[in-house]
Amino acid sequence: MVLSVIALVSALGVVLSKNPVTSVLCLIVTFFTIAGHYIMLNAQFLAVVHIIVYAGAIMVLFLYVMMLMNLNTELEPQKRNWLKYAGAISGGALLVVLVAALRDASMPAISTEANEVGLIKNLGQMLFKQYVVPFEVSSILFLSAMVGAVVIGKKD
Amino acid sequence: MPVQYYIFLSIALFCIGVMGVLMRRNAIIIFMCIELMLNAVNLLLVAFSKMWADAGKVDAGSAQLFVFFIMVVAAAEVAVGLAIITLVYRNTKSVDINILNRLKN
Repeated sequence: MVLSVIALVSALGVVLSKNPVTSVLCLIVTFFTIAGHYIMLNAQFLAVVHIIVYAGAIMVLFLYVMMLMNLNTELEPQKRNWLKYAGAISGGALLVVLVAALRDASMPAISTEANEVGLIKNLGQMLFKQYVVPFEVSSILFLSAMVGAVVIGKKD
Repeated sequence: MPVQYYIFLSIALFCIGVMGVLMRRNAIIIFMCIELMLNAVNLLLVAFSKMWADAGKVDAGSAQLFVFFIMVVAAAEVAVGLAIITLVYRNTKSVDINILNRLKN
């Protein structure tokens, strides 16, 4: 419960903060709370991977790009303020519609006892036996993304 | 703990991401909100896998590996997207998406 409140507050901080660096830090807090939820859902390996990949790699990449562009100052004041309100209203309308649609759905409860399914031994064996072809395909995807990023980013 | 709790948490995180995409003009913050939406969906996938694994219908490891592959794709997407944002900044000296409404010249 506390984790969820922290997650929602810091997610709002991502959207509402004026300074981009502050929103990166709020997003890191959100990712840590989501990792806490993964641990509560018996996905321990996923929680560790989530922290390493998102908080460790992706957010550092964001901060690095911001540092390169020198963006840690506030942007110029916005002209069209009604767009902001329209965005907030439509996002809130989506929230209301989804909550209203799912409020009366009956779902079974989640048990809270721990089991071994999310540990790295279990998942690793499954990954390299059952899902070895998607694993290799994702490595090719990574390679092509890396080449693409270098090609896009190099000076022409 | 009922699974509705996770459903509503994911919906709230997703809608905050949607609001951020619609409200903000900074391309990097829009990108971060897209990451937030992806993570909300990942959390929902893990919660549903736990629910069905408790019911004995499926193996929870498959869903966790699916989330793992989503993270892989998200990481690749971030690499390419930040390269594109850097290119846009180099050409226009700004990351405001209002100036990107005309992609030509």
